[in-house]
Formats: sequence, structure tokens, C-alpha cells
Amino acid sequence: MRITLQDVEYRYQINTPFEHLALHDVNIDIEPGSYTAIIGHTGSGKSTLLQHFNALLKPTKGSVTIGDRRIESGRKEKELRGIRSNVGIVFQFPEHQLFEETVEKDICFGPMNFGASEKDAKDRARKALKQVGMAEEILEKSPFDLSGGQMRRVAIAGVLAMEPDVLVLDEPTAGLDPRGRMEIMDMFYQLHKERGISTILVTHSMEDAARYADEIIIMHRGTVFKKGTPLDIFSQPEQLLELGLDVPDTVRFQLKLQKELGIRFERICLSVDDLVSEVKTVMGRGNQ
Amino acid sequence: MAKKLVSLENIVFKYEGQTRNAVDHVSFDIYEGEWLALVGHNGSGKSTLAKLLNGLQFPQEGSILVNGTELTEETVWEARSKIGMVFQNPDNQFVGATVQDDVAFGLENAGIPLPEMVKRVQNALNKVKMGSFLNQEPHHLSGGQKQRVAIAGVIALQPDLIILDEATSMLDPRGREEVLETVRELKEENLLTVISITHDLEEAAKADRMIVMNEGKLYRQGIPTDIFQMEGELIELGLDIPFSVKLSKEFKEHGIGLVKSHLTEEELVRELCELHSKM
Repeated sequence: MRITLQDVEYRYQINTPFEHLALHDVNIDIEPGSYTAIIGHTGSGKSTLLQHFNALLKPTKGSVTIGDRRIESGRKEKELRGIRSNVGIVFQFPEHQLFEETVEKDICFGPMNFGASEKDAKDRARKALKQVGMAEEILEKSPFDLSGGQMRRVAIAGVLAMEPDVLVLDEPTAGLDPRGRMEIMDMFYQLHKERGISTILVTHSMEDAARYADEIIIMHRGTVFKKGTPLDIFSQPEQLLELGLDVPDTVRFQLKLQKELGIRFERICLSVDDLVSEVKTVMGRGNQ
Repeated sequence: MAKKLVSLENIVFKYEGQTRNAVDHVSFDIYEGEWLALVGHNGSGKSTLAKLLNGLQFPQEGSILVNGTELTEETVWEARSKIGMVFQNPDNQFVGATVQDDVAFGLENAGIPLPEMVKRVQNALNKVKMGSFLNQEPHHLSGGQKQRVAIAGVIALQPDLIILDEATSMLDPRGREEVLETVRELKEENLLTVISITHDLEEAAKADRMIVMNEGKLYRQGIPTDIFQMEGELIELGLDIPFSVKLSKEFKEHGIGLVKSHLTEEELVRELCELHSKM
């Protein structure tokens, strides 16, 4: 499913003294089956932007096209359910939204709310739980007896059970330990690869943006500052640092080493392997 | 040897209805003036330890000594005046309508007279570089600013020990650096002792000492250089190693003739440069 934002503007509390411009002139095209990372520091408009991807917010100017539905400013929209079940959002700390008595009921809530039968919802719950790497035994437990990491997975399973075409992930691994972080990110990537789910990742982790995304969008002061492949984006690390953003560890290290050695590597290194091979070349050259 | 501030002796704690001990026969000491990083996978018992240290929970076995006095329901208020805590979620720890009210809250509870209170609030906020935000509403602040106000609320009470329970995990990189820098400066200035519970291994690498928790047990304690020697073992525990340690290992494996181990990127860059200049 394609999502296109055209000249989107969003003002909070429009026509009140508290009116606040959060987004302006945003043009974004999310292709079906793509993996997009959205980066930008706090207050750059990322959270407002992501709520447009499933029409939780309607633009105050411009339009958002989600699949074959077009959401425009100034028009009353009806029946947005279809969109909401096609575009799943995993919000920050999604475990705060768990509420049911059992894990099974919690995961089934979404699908049943969108019209799935109880049996269908239960099947989906089992499947989703497996996807997030948890055992079925947990279905009858209260979600509140689980550890933080397990609660996170159950909450994510609740979104996956809706079987969305598009997944929007807002800092999905914040607060998890390093292994949990890696497992969750790998799981999303696998879903993306195997089932062709378009994935939109809002993140502060430049490592994740570099590792997984086909395209990176930098948000700055409410609008798109720059778009490109990870290589495009991180080839100008100075620009990112000026915006107060990080660069991947490998790039940061490369910059420090280049500066001390007074040389420039031939390319920007986005992985440890790249970095090792560049450093080997440089050290080898010294030998001759 | 620095003075022992807090001692944990053979602590056991189990949550109601659970079969496993959340904290399982754990003993260690906290020394005055140190920065101690407490690391471990989710559910390894780190946050439970923090709650025990602050008397929010009491151990079923073992004892905690704060300045030599055992922490019990009778002594808990005394202990809490010495141990301050900053929690993970900046939005969950505000009670005041303005920044200065919020910092004053703890002082009011402690019965500090008004003139002294006003002085302490201003001082504490100056120290966390929020001195010009006295009358702002907390919810208008950024995450990093909120956590700094929370820290001000703690230091206004002049504790001996501050516990940061994943206090930077909900912040963006800039906010995280602001908060850590603030705590570092405070620690330098007035011998504040810091326990930082964290998943950020880069932050832990800068601590004076580290404790690794695993499944409720104390797995290892030592200085960061020694702890990060464990490399693969740490990863098996669900943790990670700092980027410079990882990279230094990769370089060595690929035949780049490094001899030292490197806890910081600067150290690694330095040795690579030395190596390069000898070629």
C-alpha cells in the first residue's frame, strides 16, 4: 500500500491563542514494501507526522493518500477503520496500553474491534505471539504479570494481529536491553522481508536507520530537511551534526580517525566490515 | 580505600506470586564518591535493587546498611533523606505546577524553613542549568530538561547518594548527554555518590565501577576495563560491549597490530595513529 503526503501542514489547536504550527510543506512518498527511517531530534515533528500515516490526525492543509483513500483538510472523513487496520502503529512504550485480563484477550481486542470473529482473532493471536517469539502458554496469563520486555512483545503482537500492510514503529526498542533490542528489530525486518510489509521506523538510533532502511527522511523544524539512501544521508555527516543529530558509530569513529591521521577514506563506512577494510587499506599503504 | 556508604548483605527479595527470587542472595558495597553502573538484562533485578535501596520494598532476607544503620521500616525516612532517586519516565515524577514548586515539594515535606527552601531551590536549579525556568510549567519542557528538574528536586534535599533508574532511556541523544553531563559535574563538585542503572554500555564504560546482574544474582563486579574483557560472555547475558571494544577486537582479528584494549574511541584512535606513524 502506498502512502503519499502532499503539501501537508498541521497546526495544533487551530484558531485558538494556543495555535502551534507542527508541520509544514511536507511531501513524502512511501512506496509499497519499502523500509523508511524517519530521524530528527525531539520537537522536529516526527510524532505529529506519524499520526498522519493512519489518519489519526488530518492535515490542516494539503492531503494524505493512504492506499486508495484520500484524506484532505477541511473534509469530514467517515469510516476510517479500513485505514486503521491496514496501517498499524506501534507507539512508544506500547506496553502502557495493555489493559485486558489475559494476554489472549488483549491481542484479540484489535482484530475483533475491526470485525474479526472470535475464532479468527484467536488464531491470529497465536500466530502473532509466535512472531514476537513468545510461547503460547502465556495466552492465559495476565499481561501485568509479565516482565517489561515480555509486555512489550505482547503489545507488539496486538498490532501484528491486525495483519497490517504498513507498520509504523515509534522508537520500538526504547528501554529494552541490548539483546531484546536486537531481537525486536530483527523480527520487524524479517516481517518486512517475508511478508512485504512497508515499514516506517521513527528512531534516534542512527545504527538502526543505517542498517535497515532503504530511505532515510530527516525531519527538521516541522518539515522534510532531506531524503536519501543511508549512504547519501551519512555521506555528509557534518550536516547531521550541525542539526544536533548523531551519526552511526562507524561514521563517528571514521571522522575521528580521519582527523587524527589527516587523511580521508575513499568512502563512508556504514558497517564495521567497511571500517575494518578501509583501515586495513590505510595501514597497508603505510607499509609500502 | 573510600568509606562504605551503603552495604548490602545477602539480600533476597521475591515479588508476591512469583516463584523466582527477583534478587537472589546479593551482597555488595557502595563507596562514598563513586559512580557505580548497574547493568543487566531486563528482569535481572536491577530496578528491584533500587527499590530496596530506597526502602520502597524490604528484603525478605539479608540487610541493607546505610551509613552503618540498618534500613528498616523505622529508619526508612532517615535513609530516604540520604538517598534520592530519579526514575525513567520524566512525565511520571512531577507534582508541582511550576518548576520551582516541583523542586520545593520534597523540601516542604522535609520541613525545611521557607527562607532556606527558597535558597536551596534556586541553587539546585542553577546547578542543573535550569535556573531561568523557575516559573515554567513542567510539561512545556523537553525530556532532558524535565529529568534535570527531577535531579534538582533530589539534590535540593542534599542526599549522599543519587540513584538513576534508567533515567536517560526515554530521552533523545542530546537530552541524554545533558543529563549525564549534569550528574557528572555534580559528582565532581560535592562528592555525590551515583548509582546508575542503565542499558547504555557507553555510559557504563565511563563509570568508576560496574556491577553486572543476571537473573537476580550478582554475576560480576569490577572496573569497566575488566568487565568489558568478558566480551562474548556479556553478549550471552543479553548485554553488549562498547563500540570501541568491539571495533578493537575486529581490528585485531583482521591482522591490524594493536596490543592494548580500548574502552574509549579516543584510546583506539590514538593507538591506530601510533601504529600508522611507525609504518
